[in-house]
Order: sequence, then C-alpha cells, then structure tokens
Amino acid sequence: MYQLLKQIAKTGIVTEPAPNPDENLRQLGQRLSEQVLRHFGRALAIRHVDAGSCNGCELEIHAANSPYYNLEGLGIKFVASPRHADLLLVTGPVSRNMEVALRRTYDATPEPKLVVAIGDCGCDGGIFGENYASCGRVANVIPVDVAVPGCPPSPTAILQGILTAVSASRLRA
Amino acid sequence: MTDSVLQVRPLDGAMPARCAVIEPARLRSVCEAARANHERLVALWGSDETTRGGGYALHLALAQRAGLLWLSVPLPPEHPRYPGIADIFPSANRMQRAAYDLCGIHAQDNPDHRKWLRHRAWPGGVFPLRKGFDSASRFPPSDDRYPFVKVEGEGVHEIPVGPVHAGTIEPGHFRFSIVGEKILRLEERLGYKHKGIEKRFESMTLEEGARLAGRVSGDSTVAFAWAYAMAVEGASGTEAPRRALELRAVLLEIERIANHLGDLGYLGNDVALSFGFFQFWRLKEDLLRLCAALFGHRYLMDLIVPGGIARDLPRGGAEQLLERLDAIRAEVATLKSIYDEHAGAQDRFIMTGQVSADLAEKLGLCGMAGRASGIWRDLRVDYPIQPYQRMAVRMANHTRGDVAARASVRFDELAESARLIQALVAGLSSGDIRVPLDATPGGRRGVGWIEGWRGDVLVALETAEGNRIHRLHPHDPSWQNWPVLERAVTGNIVPDFPLINKSFNLSYSGHDL
Repeated sequence: MYQLLKQIAKTGIVTEPAPNPDENLRQLGQRLSEQVLRHFGRALAIRHVDAGSCNGCELEIHAANSPYYNLEGLGIKFVASPRHADLLLVTGPVSRNMEVALRRTYDATPEPKLVVAIGDCGCDGGIFGENYASCGRVANVIPVDVAVPGCPPSPTAILQGILTAVSASRLRA
Repeated sequence: MTDSVLQVRPLDGAMPARCAVIEPARLRSVCEAARANHERLVALWGSDETTRGGGYALHLALAQRAGLLWLSVPLPPEHPRYPGIADIFPSANRMQRAAYDLCGIHAQDNPDHRKWLRHRAWPGGVFPLRKGFDSASRFPPSDDRYPFVKVEGEGVHEIPVGPVHAGTIEPGHFRFSIVGEKILRLEERLGYKHKGIEKRFESMTLEEGARLAGRVSGDSTVAFAWAYAMAVEGASGTEAPRRALELRAVLLEIERIANHLGDLGYLGNDVALSFGFFQFWRLKEDLLRLCAALFGHRYLMDLIVPGGIARDLPRGGAEQLLERLDAIRAEVATLKSIYDEHAGAQDRFIMTGQVSADLAEKLGLCGMAGRASGIWRDLRVDYPIQPYQRMAVRMANHTRGDVAARASVRFDELAESARLIQALVAGLSSGDIRVPLDATPGGRRGVGWIEGWRGDVLVALETAEGNRIHRLHPHDPSWQNWPVLERAVTGNIVPDFPLINKSFNLSYSGHDL
C-alpha cells in the first residue's frame, strides 16, 4: 500500500486543459435549448456504440479516459446503457449487421439526445465506404449532430467534438 | 506430412513458405497426418476461380516445423464441397462456416452448419466473395434467426449480452447459460462488424491495399501492414531495404508495448484497482504522443508500405525513443510489484479463466494467450526473419493459463520488446527506407506472417493482372482464440467475465472482416 500511495504522490496531477468547441464540426443546428445545455455541460452521460469500426477509434476513446484528459473532471461520464445516456458516441462505418442495433440504441436513448459520429468512417464511410455489408457514414442511419474526422481522431479531437455538441451554436445565439 | 506425398513448391518471400495442390479426397488424410505431427491450422478460406477457368477452391494454411504450408483444394463449379475437418482441427469450425457464407463452398459431414458471418445483410444462397457478386448489391433485411444451444435444467437461465456492450468494446453477442452466478456455458455469436473487407481488397491495386490492411484491426495495424507488405513483396519479388526491416520491427514492438500497457491498465480497472488503469494509461499516452511526434501517427498507421516504410525515424528520434522506453520500463517494474503484492487483485487474477495446456493444444490457442497456457510458439523465435534473426528473442512463457498468467506474459513481453527496440535502434543500418515495387503479373502468390501482439497475423495473397488483387485473406489470431474464451469462462462467475475477456482482448473487427 505504501508503494501505491508513493506512486500516486510521485505522479501528481497530469490533467491538461480541455479544448474549445469547434463550430466546423457541427452537422445540424443546435437542437437543444440553452437551459438543457447548461445542465448537460455539468453532467453529460455518454453511451458509446461501435457500429463497425476497425477498433482504432475505440483505442482513442479509451485514451480519452486517461488521466491526461480527465473526462470525469469535466462532468462527462461513460454509462452502461443508452437509457442512461444524453449523448451517443458512434464509431465506424455502420455495418449492415449493426444497423438494427444502432437504430434500437438510438430509440432507447431518452430525449433530448445528441449524436457525435467519430472518425473518418463515421463521417463519410472512410476506406470501407458503402457496400453490400456497410451502410457507410453514421448519418445514413441516425441523425448526427457533430462529426469528428480523423483516422482515428485524437482524444483531444474527440473531446472537442463532445464539447461542441453540448455548446450553444453561434448561429442560434 | 512428408514431401514425398505432396508436390510442394516454394513461395518467394521473407517467410519460409511453400504451397501445394491436393484433391478433396485427400484433404482429411493430409490434415490427420498434420495433426499427428503437431502442426497447427493457421487459417482456412475459400476463393472463386471461375474467372480463371476453374471452379472454386478451399485454402488452408498450416504451420509446419519448416515454415508455412499453403494447401489449395480445387472444387468443382457445380456444388463445390469438401470433407469438413473441424473434428481434426476444432478451430476450423467457424472458418468453414464463414467460407460457406462468403464463397458458397460447403464442408460436408460438419455437425455445425449454422451461418456465421452472414446475419441479415444478404440472403442465403448469395455469396459475396463470388466474382459475379456486385459489391454494391443491396438486399432487403433477411431473416436473422440463429439457434443458440440451449442448456436446460433446474435453475438454469440465460443472460443475453450485446451486440451493444456496457463499455467501450466492439460489438458481439454473448449468450450465457448460468445457474446462480456460475457460468455453465457461454456461446458467442460474432460477425456484427462484417463490412466486406475481403471484397473491398479485390477492387484495389497492390499499393492501395496497404491502407486497408492497416485497418483490418486497428490495434494491430503494424502487424497487418507488415504482413500485407511481406505478401506483396513476395508476390512481386521485391526486397525491402535492411533499414526498413529494422524500423518495421521497431514499430511492431512499439505496438506490442502500447497494447500490453493498455490491457494491463484495464486488468487493474476490472478488479476495482482503478489506480492501475490511470497509471498504465498515462504511460501508454506518453508512448502514443511520442509516436505521433516521431512517426506522425499515434498508432503508427500507414507507415509500413510494400517496398519498405513511408517515413524514416527523424534525427534525434532514437534518443527520445530510448529515453521514453527507459522511463516506461522503470515505472512498469514499480507497477508490477504493486500488482503482485495487491491481495485483492491477485485473488481475482489467480485461477480465474484458466485454460489448461491440453485444452489449449486441442483447440489451437495461439499467440500471447497460448504462451500463457504452455503453448510456447512465437514466430519471432520459431521462424526468425530479418531483423529478428540476429536478435535472439526471448519467448515469454507460462503454464497456468489463468488471468494472472496472461498478465505475467504481458509484463515479460513488454520488457523484452523494450530490450529489442533498444538493440534495434542502437544498430540501425544506414541507407534507403523504400524501394519501388516491380510490376506484378497476375496469378502470383505471396504470404505475410507476423507475430503481432495478440498472436500470429497471416496475409495470403493471390494477384490479378494489372497490379491488382485476385483474392486476399487477412487472418487474425482471434479466429483461433475466440472459441477458447468460451471454454475459459466455464465454471467461473459472471462478474469475472469482463476480466477474463480483457485478459485475452480479442479482435472483433479482425475476425468479422
């Protein structure tokens, strides 16, 4: 136990400041009211859905949970069920075998809800594109509020996408 | 199996590999002899040869003492079928079913004829990897009933889990039959991520395919990209420069370290030791950031290309890499002693999710998980290619086959990879990092076979005219290890499933293709 505590003390706090929202990532106008956004900004529950990725984007979502980014310090929490979620983080081109599961997950998420598509595949189908087994981009299956490009996007870019989704749109403000 | 029985022909390339053609009637006796000789089934897949004047073909890759043997079994254009081999090599079961779903070649006398990769995206009787199949085809959702094996008895009930899981995990379905908290049986259903990768390869040139190979399973991008490059180089008769091979090995060992760091962190997390998660993921993040600074990509994607590598280690990069590895090594040693002495963690790790050496041998468990269960095989040791030939890789080994053994193997491999990188970087050859790829005619074969962090990754390639791909099969070791996970959890309690699963950390994408 002594060694464990010593390691914690030696490491200190490595968390870095969070990025600012980026309006260029927004796909739809802000669908939520200022009041809801104020609420979300302090306690956002995210459900991740891998709809067919190569698992590269998952590596970066895991990395976003590392102490460098400290998501929970920003009030962002990954939850185990879509029924507990405010926001769906969706990766991959949507495989046809995952199409129904993704739609059901979206339907199970209570309103008001947001969707952030992660990665080049989530944005436009990526290298896999659309074919007999792939529906391509996430927006082909469910409405997408914010899309974050990258193969895979860095944890900072993912965080930026999430923060953009819960920030007031300048167009509306 | 002896060469006097088979007409074998050597294949060009970095790995010792040969190929042979046999008649379907001889398939079982050849496989039985291979099994008796302790040879391993590496992969099984099908191909459509109707555009080249044939019918269909079944292909098998066997790991022999001398290297890889690629067996091809020509099948007729009408009712292509062959005698199933799942009773000889149990890992063939799912591969045979996938080969049917994709190519329509039928394994006879196989007790399990359920579909595998086909869910509802395309109907039965339609086969996407047949040449006449248009990749852009769309079908109305087909019936997706799948008969799981039912366990019956007093107090037995089922827990269906997935495809959408509770954490940041890839999609798959797990059907637990349990009594109380105890798992009586687990049945997996995979294929949710099938996105037509093999068909996509056939629309690409050999150069273009490298990017896709690096995205078969993102966590093994280096291993797949190297295996792909090796296959293309073998087929085209290209030799990558020495410096490129050395840097490829540096990248492969970085990938191994990064994945082991991440998984060791999650093993802590799954036994409520979140300290371990945060510490290991801090170290992993440090390494990923250095990769971005040195090579332009956190996971080293698109660096290995046929003919060499796309980007050299920058000036001063070697020193930075060595410094970072020294720091990681020292901190991991501290973390290892914390894990080892943590009674709560060890109580959850030891004797949990055990796979005995007998079972591992029977089912063909491979890679890192195999080495934790007494299956001491590692391509870097068994068939060392350049630059491993002069490295004398020390193979990690353990026998208990539980979560603790897999954690122990990961700790050992992490330290060994750091040693290898230090030795490689210290003795880097000078010179070019890439040579142009010669024009490759159709009908050439190449194999790439690389020991990735999870196990051996295979790429089997047959070229088409105009530098294109006739058929490419990328094979992830998860094919072998997924069925073993079903057995590893039997008798354990449901709450230990995430821990056992993470100790293997198998790929869904690499399996579903």
